[in-house]
Amino acid sequence: MSGEHHHPHDHHDHDHDHDGDHDHDHAALADTVLRTKALESLLIEKGLVDSAALDELIDTYEHRVGPKNGARVVARAWLDADFKARLLADGAAATREFGFEGRQGNDIVVVENTDEVHNMVVCTLCSCYPWPVLGLPPVWYKSAPYRARAVIDPRGVLAEFGVTLPEDLPIKVWDSTAEVRYLVLPQRPAGSEGLAEEALAELVTRDSMIGTGLALPVSASSTVANAP
Amino acid sequence: MNSGHDLGGMQGFELIAPEADEPVFHAPWEKRAFALTVACGFGGEWNIDRQRHARESVNPALYLRTTYYEKWLLGLQTLLIERGLVSEQEIAQRMAELAQAPLTEPS
Repeated sequence: MSGEHHHPHDHHDHDHDHDGDHDHDHAALADTVLRTKALESLLIEKGLVDSAALDELIDTYEHRVGPKNGARVVARAWLDADFKARLLADGAAATREFGFEGRQGNDIVVVENTDEVHNMVVCTLCSCYPWPVLGLPPVWYKSAPYRARAVIDPRGVLAEFGVTLPEDLPIKVWDSTAEVRYLVLPQRPAGSEGLAEEALAELVTRDSMIGTGLALPVSASSTVANAP
Repeated sequence: MNSGHDLGGMQGFELIAPEADEPVFHAPWEKRAFALTVACGFGGEWNIDRQRHARESVNPALYLRTTYYEKWLLGLQTLLIERGLVSEQEIAQRMAELAQAPLTEPS
């Protein structure tokens, strides 16, 4: 067990609106916290889960698996045409070359942004996302507004992310399923020709691999290392 | 199944609110709910389709007003009860016991 304490006010409740009813929210949170503890203690007592294994899972997805994985894959694809061909043919097999595999990544389809098409990924029914290359999805990806609107107003959604695309550039929206998860291969930024793989990877943001963003321009790379 | 989870095309929601420098989890209990769910699934108690079904079978009004990891937690509880691994009574009793205990354990 870790040494964390209960701080109800740290809970950022993004899925609820903020019109009020805070007493209700706090009571519901207290119930949720207690229910979580109760289930954990019962499952440990019954030998169904192991506390150290839970800590390990949390550490893996909090610290070790995340969009930096996907950024390495994208940078490699920008540099190596053979790798890119393998990546587009079988995303899961190509990302396994980096050792990125495991839960929620058995079948990864990589879709390439070009001058002819922009791709954007959503999971309207849930939160399906390629964990081995992007980690766990951000709250907005799991939220009702994104899931609802990505499929009927992708340009409006992109505007909410500050992204404006040419009017005549078609947008393809991919709706993920539990079996098939998508990774966007963003366009390589202009002026990045001389950069090595590591420097290129720093231009690849999480959102550029979901399609709600673009890869960073080269000039920003030295100052913005951790953009979403 | 068409229910609360089938959000594609639904209108009337607020603007999307991307969070800058978003943490992976937003509260300690979310970490535990995540890990418990993954551990039970990975331990072969059930597969992802059963988990999804459990989360999506809730009343649509409840689906829409609960947060993401609240849905996970409720789905986990449903499956544990269905499988007879944990009973509703055990959960209620343990929650009552924990409510009496000082809040010094991980939440």
